[in-house]
Amino acid sequence: MEHEPMTKFAYFKIYLLLMALLALTVGAVYVNLGPWNSLVAMAIAIAKALLVFLFFMHARYSARLIWIYAALAVIWIAQLIAGVLADVTMRG
Amino acid sequence: MTTHRDQKFLMSNPELSHQFETLDQQAEASSLGMWVFLVTEALFFGGLFLLYTIYRLKFPEIFMECSKLMDLRLGAINTGILLTSSLTMVFAVHSSEKAEKNSTVIWILVTMLLGIAFLSIKGFEYHQKVTEHLVPGPTFQLDSMHYREAQIFFSLYFAMTGLHALHMIVGLGVLAVIAAMASAGRFTRTYSNPVHIVGLYWHFIDIIWIFLFPLLYLIGNR
Amino acid sequence: MNELNYITNDYSVKSWLLTKDHKRIALMYLIAITFFFFLGGMAALLMRLELLTPQADVVQAETYNKLFTLHGITMVFFFLIPGIPAVLGNFLLPLMLGARDLAFPRLNLTSFYLYVAGALFALSAAILGGVDTGWTFYTPYSSTYSNTHVITMAVGIFITGFSSILTGLNFIVTTHKMRAPGLTWFRLPLFVWAHYATSFIILLGTPVIAITLLLVGLERGFHMGIFDPALGGDPLLFQHLFWFYSHPAVYIMILPAMGVISEVIPCFSRKRLFGYRFVAFSSMAIAVLGFLVWGHHMFISGQSIYAGLVFSFLSFLVAIPSAIKVFNWTATLYKGRIYLQTPMLYALGFIGLFTIGGLTGIMLAALGLDAHVHDTYFIIAHFHYIMVGGTIMAYLGGIHFWWPKISGRLYPEFWGKLSAMIVFIGFNLTFFPQFILGYLGMPRRMHVYPPEFQVLNVLSTAGASILGVGYLLPLIYLIWSVFYGRKAGPNPWNATGLEWTTTSPPPTSNFETIPVVTEEAYDYTSRPEIPYV
Repeated sequence: MEHEPMTKFAYFKIYLLLMALLALTVGAVYVNLGPWNSLVAMAIAIAKALLVFLFFMHARYSARLIWIYAALAVIWIAQLIAGVLADVTMRG
Repeated sequence: MTTHRDQKFLMSNPELSHQFETLDQQAEASSLGMWVFLVTEALFFGGLFLLYTIYRLKFPEIFMECSKLMDLRLGAINTGILLTSSLTMVFAVHSSEKAEKNSTVIWILVTMLLGIAFLSIKGFEYHQKVTEHLVPGPTFQLDSMHYREAQIFFSLYFAMTGLHALHMIVGLGVLAVIAAMASAGRFTRTYSNPVHIVGLYWHFIDIIWIFLFPLLYLIGNR
Repeated sequence: MNELNYITNDYSVKSWLLTKDHKRIALMYLIAITFFFFLGGMAALLMRLELLTPQADVVQAETYNKLFTLHGITMVFFFLIPGIPAVLGNFLLPLMLGARDLAFPRLNLTSFYLYVAGALFALSAAILGGVDTGWTFYTPYSSTYSNTHVITMAVGIFITGFSSILTGLNFIVTTHKMRAPGLTWFRLPLFVWAHYATSFIILLGTPVIAITLLLVGLERGFHMGIFDPALGGDPLLFQHLFWFYSHPAVYIMILPAMGVISEVIPCFSRKRLFGYRFVAFSSMAIAVLGFLVWGHHMFISGQSIYAGLVFSFLSFLVAIPSAIKVFNWTATLYKGRIYLQTPMLYALGFIGLFTIGGLTGIMLAALGLDAHVHDTYFIIAHFHYIMVGGTIMAYLGGIHFWWPKISGRLYPEFWGKLSAMIVFIGFNLTFFPQFILGYLGMPRRMHVYPPEFQVLNVLSTAGASILGVGYLLPLIYLIWSVFYGRKAGPNPWNATGLEWTTTSPPPTSNFETIPVVTEEAYDYTSRPEIPYV
């Protein structure tokens, strides 16, 4: 049985970080960064998702098999998008 | 047909299903099972993310205009609610592993309340869209040159958030089930996997929303 | 010993319908998919009947459209994709791993009932009047213009897709977590590797077609136009999403079949499989590469020519692991002691027919040639060589090979051999002429054709009738054998593998004590003969 790796307080600190990132991403909408707005929004989303994945879902403390399957999901969505983009952008 | 040894072993470990040899094996299997299931869920949403990517690249300004029609305040509040519910969920898992029965039940119930709050706000937003005539189909009205392509944005909005909401409703259902199990004292220091795997599912739904929020509500700037 | 086995354990209907025993679930699947096989087969026979003459005489155009749609949907989604995994995989995986059941037996039963629910929706769609979009559901015809029961059928396929996903999930977790002590990955039977790779594909591909069909339903029902060109939508996006699953789906259909062949060939050559690791890794390579080639179904659809080039190149690559397997099976036969029992006849037939199907696949990977034969009978012949000449032959071979284990009886060997020969002859007579017809330009999905194509069509229909007989015979004699066949011992083939260490049929919980494995797979050096029946 895997032992509980984190204390309640540790979880709470991650939560505060998540809420800070939420405030950041909402605030960024009111700043005109041109094309960088989208990049900033996605980067913050990825950061939040990683925090939930690593700490709330205990991926950080999980077996390598879990990492492999999680990576597969991301890679497969990426290659679906890449393949379709290859068609749509090169229709010359 | 189990041998005598198996019978005695099973009786002292009532939560051990017959196909497993140890509780650890059972816990590992159920965790792996949930992670594998989440991979399929990711690909399920993945098709929608693909469509979103292609159409956003095709109609960047139209998507930006439509995004401004979304209620940013409600979206942000909902994101905050979901993040909080993830916290209460890990607290529930934490308590269940320590066999703290009352704590576990309370944290699960709080998570459910937050989930219901999320869905209520979502429902209110949907209602808003109906009254603003922004539901794709024969009732769609938008004062814009691009009212046809705008329907694609809103089709994606309803499909993505609708699918997400459906998953949340199912999530509420399984939360109710583990709340009942916890209340009946089923979780011990050696058996708390159901809470753990429901937690995984709940966090996954949260992660999906973490991406939906900027993609739908935060395009460009205001 | 008069011990209870999984069949005699409890005779009540309830004990079957609510069973958690993977072996009983496998049998229930067997009955269900056999029903769909014959349903799809009847649609095919009607089509072949119509195609005896160049003009329309048996059915109208609309009915013909519904027939080929029904044939495609039942065969693909309700027979071939569940097929070997749901029947042989469910039955054998725990036994081969030395486990008492799959990791999640109740989920397994849920998979079965999801299959049944999906099947009922599909049957309803057929009975209510059918669907005429082809099994490929291309938009905007399926999403806007067709006046047939698209949504009902799409719901059926959607639900059955979840049955498939849950089975794949079950297999993956079982293979990772429930192997007997000593059963390392490289001691596993290749049947297990094949099903692991298949489950991998199921997991990553099926959800995509699920969401795609859901979106078609939304577009049809609520006018949410994602694929509608009138709104600026792109119908090609449907094709991308559809084929992202449906190409890997063909590997879902062939990999388990290859797994069966990898078990049968060593047993009936009395030799260890040549190049075990190559075959194991090839299964995984096929699973991965199979996801990178879907655009070869869209070469002339308006897809970018440059994307087409990339998909073409990758399609050539994906043939390599399959070829490696064929070489390894052939090398296993070399200097083996060959027994030509029924399973071996099917396996040898598989190698030849799969090779032809595969080679024509390479031809189709070439953009130029594909442009010429796209939507002709050449394509139909190509995939039937693989699906029927390949998968169905392997399926029948596997059913015969493990029949003693499943039923506790021996099938009649003479009838087995005869049926295998009839199937082989009937199959080739049906589909070889179609290569020629396609190359000469006869289009698919049309019930009329230019009169100069009649002779080849008549040959094809004659072959189909013979093939039908070849399929009916096993149905009859296998059922006969359940009541009157000779009783089988635990291991009539003197084969390796943990499944052959139990009684025939096995007891409900498979093993008294979980076995410990110390041997490599396919250790036939210590078992040079089949002490014949």
